[in-house]
Amino acid sequence: EFRRFSLERSKPGKFEEFYGLLQHVHKIPNVDVLVGYTDIHGDLLPINNDDNYHKAVSTANPLLRIFIQRKEDADYSAFGTDTMTRKKNVLSNVLRPDNHKKKPHIVISMPQDFRPVSSIIDVDILPETHRRVRLYKYGTDKPLGFYIRDGSSVRVTPHGLEKVPGIFISRLVPGGLAQSTGLLAVNDEVLEVNGIEVSGKSLDQVTDMMIANSRNLIITVRPANQRNNVVRNSRTSGSSGQSTESSLPSSTPNILGNLLQGEEESDEEDIIIEDSGEPQQIPKAAPTSDSIESLSQIELLHESTQNGFLPSSSEMNLNHSAGSISMEYEAPEPGPKSLEEDGTIITL
Amino acid sequence: MRRFLRPGHDPVRERLKRDLFQFNKTVEHGFPHQPSALGYSPFLRLMAIGTRSGAIKLYGAPGVEFMGLHEENNTVMQIHFIPDQCQLVTLLDDNSLHLWSLKQHGGASELREEHRFTLKGPPGSPPSATQVIAVLPHSSREVLYLGTESGNIFVVELPSFRVLEDKTITPEAVLQRIPEDNCSRRSCELVEVLREHPKNPNQILIGYSRGLIVLWDVQNNKATHHFLGSQQLENLYWQRDGNKFISCHYDGSYTQWPVSSDNRQPEPLENTVPYGPFPCKAISKIYWQTTKNGLPYIIFQGGMPRASYGDRHSISVIHGSQQTAFDFTSRVIDFFIIFSSDPAAEFDDPSALVVLAEEELVVIDLKSAGWPSVHPPYLASLHCSAITCSHHVSNIPLKLWERIISAGSKQNIHYSSMPWPIDGGTNIAPDPPQRDLLLTGHEDGTVRFWDASGVCLHLLYKLSTVRVFLTDADPNDNMNTLGEDEWPPLRKVGTFDPYSDDPRLGIQKIYLCKYSGYLAVAGTAGQVLVMELNDEDAEHVVDHAEADLLQDQEGYRWKGHEKLKTRDGPVRFEAGFQPFVLVQCQPPAVVTSLALHSEWKLVAFGTSHGFGLFDHQQKRLVFVKCTLHPSDQLALEGPLSRVKSLKKSLRQSFRRIRRSRVSSRKRRGGGGNASEVQEANARFDQDALQEMELAPVQRKIEARSAEDSFTGFVRTLYFADTFLRDSSRHCPSLWAGTNGGTVYAFCLRVPPAERRMDEPVRAEQAKEIQLMHRAPVVGILVLDGRSTPLPEPLEVAHDLSKSPDMQGSHQLLVVSEEQFKVFTLPKVSSKLKLKLTALEGCRVRKVTVANFGSCKTDDYSENDLAVLTNLGDIQIISLPFLKLQIRYPCIRKEDVSGIASCVFTKYGQGFYLISPSEFERFSLSTKWLVEPRCIVDMPEVTSNNHVHKSGTENAARKS
Repeated sequence: EFRRFSLERSKPGKFEEFYGLLQHVHKIPNVDVLVGYTDIHGDLLPINNDDNYHKAVSTANPLLRIFIQRKEDADYSAFGTDTMTRKKNVLSNVLRPDNHKKKPHIVISMPQDFRPVSSIIDVDILPETHRRVRLYKYGTDKPLGFYIRDGSSVRVTPHGLEKVPGIFISRLVPGGLAQSTGLLAVNDEVLEVNGIEVSGKSLDQVTDMMIANSRNLIITVRPANQRNNVVRNSRTSGSSGQSTESSLPSSTPNILGNLLQGEEESDEEDIIIEDSGEPQQIPKAAPTSDSIESLSQIELLHESTQNGFLPSSSEMNLNHSAGSISMEYEAPEPGPKSLEEDGTIITL
Repeated sequence: MRRFLRPGHDPVRERLKRDLFQFNKTVEHGFPHQPSALGYSPFLRLMAIGTRSGAIKLYGAPGVEFMGLHEENNTVMQIHFIPDQCQLVTLLDDNSLHLWSLKQHGGASELREEHRFTLKGPPGSPPSATQVIAVLPHSSREVLYLGTESGNIFVVELPSFRVLEDKTITPEAVLQRIPEDNCSRRSCELVEVLREHPKNPNQILIGYSRGLIVLWDVQNNKATHHFLGSQQLENLYWQRDGNKFISCHYDGSYTQWPVSSDNRQPEPLENTVPYGPFPCKAISKIYWQTTKNGLPYIIFQGGMPRASYGDRHSISVIHGSQQTAFDFTSRVIDFFIIFSSDPAAEFDDPSALVVLAEEELVVIDLKSAGWPSVHPPYLASLHCSAITCSHHVSNIPLKLWERIISAGSKQNIHYSSMPWPIDGGTNIAPDPPQRDLLLTGHEDGTVRFWDASGVCLHLLYKLSTVRVFLTDADPNDNMNTLGEDEWPPLRKVGTFDPYSDDPRLGIQKIYLCKYSGYLAVAGTAGQVLVMELNDEDAEHVVDHAEADLLQDQEGYRWKGHEKLKTRDGPVRFEAGFQPFVLVQCQPPAVVTSLALHSEWKLVAFGTSHGFGLFDHQQKRLVFVKCTLHPSDQLALEGPLSRVKSLKKSLRQSFRRIRRSRVSSRKRRGGGGNASEVQEANARFDQDALQEMELAPVQRKIEARSAEDSFTGFVRTLYFADTFLRDSSRHCPSLWAGTNGGTVYAFCLRVPPAERRMDEPVRAEQAKEIQLMHRAPVVGILVLDGRSTPLPEPLEVAHDLSKSPDMQGSHQLLVVSEEQFKVFTLPKVSSKLKLKLTALEGCRVRKVTVANFGSCKTDDYSENDLAVLTNLGDIQIISLPFLKLQIRYPCIRKEDVSGIASCVFTKYGQGFYLISPSEFERFSLSTKWLVEPRCIVDMPEVTSNNHVHKSGTENAARKS
């Protein structure tokens, strides 16, 4: 069952609103569904939060094809790279339940997000001599695998050059996350841990901070080897797929944005076992102040989008079927690829 | 009632915070660490103690305390009160002199340093020329005589410390008119002691180290008498009438000398070696005290036979045929005698001997037969046996208080009934607002109950758990059982006894219910004792149970200590807390957490292997839960192997050092091939050492995992009556938190009172929460519908607390070392959190709920969390919104034992150890503040009053 409807590209709104809209247009208000779309490479990717929803809207060229599946019948393995090319026809797959049954149903859990990977972030807001590295422990079995030590570095001060104590990476464990990403090296000086400066803190304090943040560790270092530094204008954009793309010249909101998102992710991971039942993640009781921060984050994104292209409307075709729903969505020109360029324009 | 507090600066809240919170270190309780000097003013009836860190503390009547600190932090060598003044002079080991005075300010006296002075010799003179050995504050209060190492005696004016050069007493002046054979310049080296004549202030007795003693006329500036001692001099003392003096010597002898106007160079009257004839140690200080009955008291320090008793720290008292050598367990720093200070009195009539030993203060009543000890009201030796844990209970009901005091008084019958003889000054502090108990657990298996209500930390009662167990040492074995004819007549005094018979007896956790008088204590070898207060002696059998915390986990081997053996049959217990239940954990690992619910009659305990619940009413183990991760070998094997693995690198470095030592020693003797090998070894060691020096300290950065060691270590246990399963019915519950960030909640079914003995208590696991950051859980708390922490057991029954709100929804607060988290109940969803470590790099070490009252209005108070971090900071965090209110630096972060020893009270005060023997008391509250406030008035002085000084000198200098 196909539906076609339009959406204002410049103001896509939040995922929850979009989800409500889908339920509304398909007249299935109380049915849990999975939402997916095909990106420019033909991959079927999920839409389940604000970020990937915005990404999806921005990649619509001009039509955005959206697939909706009832959650209980969901075929999780359908998502991922090459899904569209590997399977001749996802639709036929989805529509024929007997075909569906043959596949081994190895599902661990619903991927709540794109799986984040370790990366260099905030390149455009940091001095060229610094590097901010995000180590994603989540989802890997690899140990973080590095050691830190006390040391001293030379700083330029009003009184001339001065030796100041600092914290340095002393060792990388072979096969560890730190080594395998190649983003950190021995003798890199640690400047910040998750946005908090380490100067004035003892080795033990910094160790505790790093371990406390180990699920989403963001370290700002001054690399010992300064030859591989990123040159500002030929910026290689961070691949974290997050706020880097919408980054603004001022650094503070950006640091905040990164950190808070990290916190949100690690937040819901506490597990409860009730009456010796199955382990479950502990849900959040009520919105906390964090959500206010994420709101402002979205607003930032909006502003930058507006710089890029004109507000436009699009149509949507809707078709109904019993088991699953797919949807096509069209967004006219100008194309959405301008997002990345926007960032550049703004930073210049 | 409570408004939602917005983050950021709310001026109303900021003002309220000022009315609620204030940080003060108020008083130091206990015995000063490393005392080095003692002084006493018979005029002010104040005693002064100096320490090696430069502190000076004055004590008078209970509650009268002053403290001062020399900026230099140098050792205080001597303390001398200025006669008839509120002033004293201290001599430090850097040869500086300091004048302190007590002055009234704002209605109370304060101790302040007025002047400092260092004696300077002529240019080019050696340092010994001005090295002060003897100090004599003259009774004129105008000058100070300073005897030096060079033999010169300088006179300085007070309070200006101006040197009166024309008054200097040089060895040359002294040596005039002395027979040729004694007249060598060397005989006047080093002024050992200076003593003013008791009746004639113009005469000063000068004792030189080599034995020469000279009576000097101050007015005419000449020597009047010469006493030619042949033995190395230690000290001098005048008899009260001034007709005789006594000298004591290095060889363990003392000598009496007559002073009369007709003989200018008298012979000694009597020379005695009290513990001869074999060679004796020096007598470093001596008193001669006259009495009405004619028999003097001779009191001296040291003099023991060198070979057999040379290691004893003794002070001997001889009175006629009575002779006792008081034997101290630690070095004697100094002592003084309290005697009649009335100048008109004919006799000294000594009443008490006050001895400052390195680890305790001992006062002996010389008036009562048998010379019993006097129980000091302050300066308690907290560390008689090392403190292993502390527990504070606020606001003790009067009934329990009286029963504890009565139990304690039965233990103190051997003390003298003499009122405390050092009673100067007046305590003007308001009476303590409530009765507080501080309980300290000790290494020797005792629990001491201290009155912590006021400025004087006073021992009320001592409980020993040793009697329950069979140990190698017989508790009845007494070191004092010496035969009648024993010589020397040693008698052990004092309470300081650092040697523990069995480290397994050590107390690790204490919980006292102040309403019921139930007490639970737990120890190093997994023993948990539940006790009840009984006002009479009793003999009964202690019920004994074992809790196998490993349960069905097979194949593990405990390599730690064995469990304690218990006594069979009934055991006699003295009045006080008497054990009736003993639970022994198996394996017998140290008990790491303890909780007692006196209303439900349940006790919960945890070790590194798991936790258990015991019903002490039915004397039945309700359940045990193993928390051990199967791969955690370290926790299984026990404390020895743990230390081993943790200290592996240390051990290796020791081994290296030892090896290099061995090889260097061998090299000296050996030759040929062997020596070459050893040299190679040594080279290797050298390289290894160098490598060690080059490799800096590094820290591994790794996320915590379930497989880490000691994740099963139970850190906290908590009883709560709350909504565990559904929101309509609340039930008793037990909560446990582990080192690995796991929280277990058990739903308990406690039968109603009328069927309490008939039906078993049942427990069922209802929840298990795994914090993903896996940091150790150090606190669990349930907040009621009004967001108030649940009251203690029986608190409501005694009308001391409002009943908890069971209508609204309850919340669970879990405090880990890294975060504070609030969850809803009964359905667990996360509501609020505060991250500490991720943002500040510090971890929670101690956390308590404290009630803070406003200093402005009586009707406002609130509950907050008082938190001590591993950096030694104290933070106050609001409930239930988890907002940081205020932060104070309190303990140095290097002071690990200080941080570990900290206890908070329920009303925003706290204690931590600043040394093994001293608690620092601090207050976070504006309302509850216990600090000394006292006045020292100048007693009236009659015009020609001449108080006999009892100057004390530092005898330690020579030992």
